[in-house]
Amino acid sequence: MDLTRQDVEKVALLARLDLSEDEIEQMTSQLVRILAYIDRFAELDTDRVEPMAHAIEMSNVFRDDEVRPSLDRREALENAPHHDEQCYLVPAVLGD
Amino acid sequence: MTRSEPSAVDLVARLASGALRAADVTAAFLDRIESHDGDLHAFLHVDRQTALKQARGIDRKRERGEPLGRLAGLPVAVKDLLCTRGEPTTCGSRMLQSFRPPYDATAIRKLREADAVLIGRTNLDEFAMGGSTENSAFQPTHNPWRHGYTPGGSSGGSAACVAASMAPLSLGTDTGGSIRQPAAFCGVTGMKPTYGRVSRQGLVAFASSLDQIGPLAHSAEDAALLLEVVAGYDPGDSTSVDRPVPPYTQTIGRPLENLRLGVIKQQFGDGLHDEIAAAVEAAIDVYRSQGATVREISLPHSQYVVATYYVIAPSEASSNLARYDGVHYGHRTDERAMLDELQAQYARLDAEGRLEAAIRLDSPLVAMYRRSRAEGFGDEVKRRIMIGTYALSAGYYDAYYLKALKVRRLISQDYAAAFGEVDLLIGPVTPTPAFPLGEKVRDPLTMYLVDLYTAGANLAGIPGISLPCGFTSDRLPIGLQLQAPPFEEERLLRGAHMFQQATDWHLRRPTLP
Amino acid sequence: MKSPYELVIGLEVHVQLLTRSKLFCGCSTRFGAEPNTQTCPVCIGMPGVLPVMNRRAFELALRAGVALCGEIAPLTKWDRKQYYYPDLPKGYQISQFDLPFCQGGFLEISDAKGAFEPKRVRLIRVHLEEDAGKSMHDEAAGVADSRIDLNRAGTPLMEIVTEPDMRSPAEAKTFLTELKLLLTYLNVSDCNMQEGSLRVDANVNLHVDTPQGKVATPIVEVKNMNSFRAVERALTHEAERQFAAWQQSGHKLGDVPKQTRGWDDAANLTRPQRHKEESSDYRYLPDPDLVPVIVERAQVAEIRDSLGELPAALRSRLEATHGITSYDAEVLVSQGRALVDYFLQTVQACGDGKQAANWIQQDVLRTLNERRMTIGQYSVTAGNLGRLIAKVKSGELDHSRARDVLSAMLQQGGSVEDVMRAQGIQQVDQSELLALCKQLVDANPKLVADIQAGKTKAAGAFVGQAKKRNPNINPAHVIEICLKLAQGKG
Repeated sequence: MDLTRQDVEKVALLARLDLSEDEIEQMTSQLVRILAYIDRFAELDTDRVEPMAHAIEMSNVFRDDEVRPSLDRREALENAPHHDEQCYLVPAVLGD
Repeated sequence: MTRSEPSAVDLVARLASGALRAADVTAAFLDRIESHDGDLHAFLHVDRQTALKQARGIDRKRERGEPLGRLAGLPVAVKDLLCTRGEPTTCGSRMLQSFRPPYDATAIRKLREADAVLIGRTNLDEFAMGGSTENSAFQPTHNPWRHGYTPGGSSGGSAACVAASMAPLSLGTDTGGSIRQPAAFCGVTGMKPTYGRVSRQGLVAFASSLDQIGPLAHSAEDAALLLEVVAGYDPGDSTSVDRPVPPYTQTIGRPLENLRLGVIKQQFGDGLHDEIAAAVEAAIDVYRSQGATVREISLPHSQYVVATYYVIAPSEASSNLARYDGVHYGHRTDERAMLDELQAQYARLDAEGRLEAAIRLDSPLVAMYRRSRAEGFGDEVKRRIMIGTYALSAGYYDAYYLKALKVRRLISQDYAAAFGEVDLLIGPVTPTPAFPLGEKVRDPLTMYLVDLYTAGANLAGIPGISLPCGFTSDRLPIGLQLQAPPFEEERLLRGAHMFQQATDWHLRRPTLP
Repeated sequence: MKSPYELVIGLEVHVQLLTRSKLFCGCSTRFGAEPNTQTCPVCIGMPGVLPVMNRRAFELALRAGVALCGEIAPLTKWDRKQYYYPDLPKGYQISQFDLPFCQGGFLEISDAKGAFEPKRVRLIRVHLEEDAGKSMHDEAAGVADSRIDLNRAGTPLMEIVTEPDMRSPAEAKTFLTELKLLLTYLNVSDCNMQEGSLRVDANVNLHVDTPQGKVATPIVEVKNMNSFRAVERALTHEAERQFAAWQQSGHKLGDVPKQTRGWDDAANLTRPQRHKEESSDYRYLPDPDLVPVIVERAQVAEIRDSLGELPAALRSRLEATHGITSYDAEVLVSQGRALVDYFLQTVQACGDGKQAANWIQQDVLRTLNERRMTIGQYSVTAGNLGRLIAKVKSGELDHSRARDVLSAMLQQGGSVEDVMRAQGIQQVDQSELLALCKQLVDANPKLVADIQAGKTKAAGAFVGQAKKRNPNINPAHVIEICLKLAQGKG
């Protein structure tokens, strides 16, 4: 299960990260080392163990269906890198 | 050097009585920041005028006889990871360099309601990822005990500013040890509460099932004060627990009778620095002299803690950081330059007759995401996003993420079993003392192993506290860790206070130039 | 001639739930607001924000799941479905992956005109998730940028996935109509495709008969159908297109990856859409910011008891109890519970289900449509309509007079008796009527001659003359009497 350069390129796309050639090299060797360390827990038998996704187990937390004030549009767009006073702008989203 | 300076609890009392004016107290701390932070770089942002204005406002409230909050006039520094309305909340990252949230984190709101003076925003490892504060996009922070050494991380700034007495209290965050480890490296007291004890609303998420906000101070008593103010149920956080906050400051003085301490045998192995082992043993003796009984406890899955943490935390982080795409806020790459470059690439490939490669080039939208994120994030953040994305991707989910969640259950069960036999767990905080800046940054895995003794508490959700318990022969602080069952902060604080009543490590202060 | 293939259709329907606020924050879900005026840090996905689930959204989803006869999960959880898109601000959608709140279930469909055999369309699952925002691209304006509006981001959506049980475009359309009816009856959604509160994608393929046996063709996902009619047309087109494609390529299920095609309503065809390669790796992660929901069996039972009579049951009951056709029942029920109640009250007042159904369909519904009003706004009470119908039945009023009365009641209000009095409508005395008819017959020898020659329809001409003398005459009675008199004349 050794991580290859190609794997790293695929993951970089999935993660929407642009990596330079050097970075891909470095990332590949670093990740191989880290994953090798992590792999140690493969030896544990966990077949009958329930996964623990939450630190403190709770359930049924809700809020009432009440309308609360929204942000003023100006405030909402204030941190936007590119907007036209009404909407956020991004390079054309073509196709679907 | 042991300086006698008023504790936060003392200051608060004197401010409440009017013996001290908030403006004066704040000015004094601001002066200290001015004198020392040029060397230490613990703060990312200090606005002298705004802080003094807050302080003067509180003095006026007192003069008018208006009711005042519990921390009235007391300066508190805040890790730059908690959203503070209208103020830069950079998370130590270029990605959010100019981000100003339109809202306060719940913890910040509580500080304001308590009339604290928000004196400044402290430095951190970018997005809380790191153990040395070297991953900050802006500056490394120095350990006040030795310049050129790390204060620890990721709450390095919060620990250093308290250690250097630039603020009496600070808030940090702890995901795998990020309060406790810098507290140990800086010789201060730092605590991670039980998961769900303090609201995470407004805390910029790193690993949502592990993150907690906690206090750093010179003593358990001071930490208790800050914890009392920020803890409590928040309906705005679905993982916030609806349990009343006990009056920690009122019960902290009662020693724990018949205290049963558990020493984690797996922690005292080869990897532990001799002097730290010795200091911790000495600390255990102090407890013995106070009537505690000590037994050896095994946490059989200890050796898997780091591996488990380094799957779960990056996985959650990769998801939490997906929102940083330069679309709605945060850094966006120079679109013009990007489009030009894409066109140039396309033209080149086309000219070479490599049409297949040409049409596989990123679309402008995808390129925008990839470049914005590459430019906005530092190396460690990218690394963790990559690990996390890999661990969650098709074909690897079961072997990594799901497996880690199961091992987490085993680790949690180890703790539950241990607490069936003892009241508190005791041991070192870190395997080594503070190290020089630049030493570990090149090897990520070595840096990760720094979390060896602390990440277990985050995985299990239990509270832990780090208190100073000695120094190396090199005069670097050594920390002692206590851990308690979920929601037993009171027990933890009483246990810590017992130690601090019998020793004076927590009163030592670094000599600053 | 038997079709050379069987069309196999599965539907994926998204409906917006009728809540006031969004699924995880308090922003309003009102349709039609100015862009980016209904957003907050939570639905914008700003740093540090946290979701808290809307109780009503979950309750509505449960109601729907129970009404669809699905199995409600005792434990249900929330997962992050991760992908990058500008209208998805967190970079993930909070949805449900492996433990949706409802599995299985079905909806029965039938066609009153017999276009297909009644059948049960089975559901695979129903789950709850948040909607994304909207991305708008105005190619015509020649602008290079897309505009993103996050008003819709965070709106509660229920996703219903069916088994590929439908075999014709008509079945698919009926399924959607029936689903909409059910969900509007339950007040779970208003299922308005024009406003985007109901969206549908279809998964379509063919089972082709070959000498070697049935061959399944590759599945095609069809999107961008904006009305039930468009769904029907798109599926009709797809069936032909896929068969032609199969005849050309011979591709079987599994030979090529699943294709996505968008319906172009103006051009009346589907077009292939951009193939998103890695978009299928959603890297689902249990959402650490949300906790699971435990649904007690008692709660499910309580919900089942509180649903009230659902459209299918209601149709059957009306047909069986009130002697109306299944077509009538369908029309009435499809108009909503309020109209059904009106019908039932009308029947109570006149004792005739068939007449009540006719009057409602022909007169009441026409008025509601013309004036764009609901039955709640219709000013004639069911009691009055019922009494009107009763008078027609008893002969006290003829049909066309009765319609005048209804018109007047609508315009001026008042009871049937009030209006009749105001218009001077009275039952004409039998002897008076006889005398009048005798007069008319005597005055119209030509008509009498026609009638005697066998043209009984000529008696109709007496009606106009009679009305001029006395507007209250009952046309049917006049014809009856005049005919007898004319035939008896020497």
